[in-house]
Amino acid sequence: MVIAIASGKGGTGKTTMAVNVAVTVTRQGRPVQLLDCDVEEPNAHLFLDPRFDEVEEVTVTGPRVDLQRCDGCGECARRCEFGAIVALGGEISVFPELCHSCGGCALACPQRAITEEPRTIGTLEQARVGELAFARGVLNVGEARAVPLIAALKNRADGDALVLLDAPPGTGCPMMAAVRDCHFVCLVTEPTPFGLHDLTMAVDAVRTLHLPLGVVINRADLGDEEVRRFCQQQQIPILMELPCDRRIAEVCSRGRLIVDELPEYQEAFRDLAERIVQEAGRAPAPGGAAPAGLRDRIVEQLRHEA
Amino acid sequence: MKIGVAAMGESLDADVSDQFARCPFFLIVDSQSMGFESFANPAAAMPGGAGPAAVQEIVNRGARVAVAGRLGPKAEQALQAAGLRFVAASGRIRDAVAACGA
Repeated sequence: MVIAIASGKGGTGKTTMAVNVAVTVTRQGRPVQLLDCDVEEPNAHLFLDPRFDEVEEVTVTGPRVDLQRCDGCGECARRCEFGAIVALGGEISVFPELCHSCGGCALACPQRAITEEPRTIGTLEQARVGELAFARGVLNVGEARAVPLIAALKNRADGDALVLLDAPPGTGCPMMAAVRDCHFVCLVTEPTPFGLHDLTMAVDAVRTLHLPLGVVINRADLGDEEVRRFCQQQQIPILMELPCDRRIAEVCSRGRLIVDELPEYQEAFRDLAERIVQEAGRAPAPGGAAPAGLRDRIVEQLRHEA
Repeated sequence: MKIGVAAMGESLDADVSDQFARCPFFLIVDSQSMGFESFANPAAAMPGGAGPAAVQEIVNRGARVAVAGRLGPKAEQALQAAGLRFVAASGRIRDAVAACGA
């Protein structure tokens, strides 16, 4: 079972929830795997102090133009949806960070002058923290696309464990890449106008994926009732409320776990874990064929045009 | 010589755009005759790679010089690849073109 912990608004407490739930369930003797999918700015390790024993480079492919064979026709540039390869004055220029690795340019080139070569975008790292299996992706500085690294990290999911995904913030491509194909999404929010605004967007986003979801309200005694009202209207279960306890902020700022430093909260996290598993179990498993990938679509398009 | 000017409007009396890649319009001005063609910039709406795309647009229409307030890194790379000169300018397009020198 794979559970994503996401949010709309950043800074609501995703990682806090993810690490404390992960450790709680691990200590109950169940196999748990925590995947830090916020590859642009991973921070779960701050609470777990892992010793990374497996570091693997992750690559994506990009075009390499054989200038001997290239005649400057520009067909590759016409084919590229992302502006990653352009033909300027008969010369081809490549912008690798824009490339989505669809392979369209290589397929389209009448001179067969383009090959695809790998390019490193970041690393995958694994560690065991006690009985907890932990893995994260770290995207190289300057890379524009987190999605391929997130996908590679998710491929490391252990089918026999309870997998918790600490998702990236927001509702853009990285969050959607992390959340898709999970069994359940736990959205962490705060009861403020910003919290509600971004929660609404996150709910819309998750619903396009037809995934069941629940909400955790952090700093729950602040703000107003609008988030609760929204959840009620939308029939979204509220899985837990955590108060705005200054001691929690202090514990987190020291990179420590709430369940270790403030044992009075252990039961809340045990209940949250149970509620998540319960709600996730209640929902039908994700199914249906995956949508055709970009590469498949390009191949199909080219075949159709030929 | 044809000069591709990033423009805030579609006349020679409009201002040069500070941005290059995502400017609203381009004017391709013949520096000799001051005749010009103008068009809405299709690169402005692109999620990424607007710089190279904008360079492509002005190159396709014969520009040898690009004029705007400033340039982003991808636009700069694309201009270099295309062999175009960049001239930073502001104020009226008419004046900026005159200052380019034929």
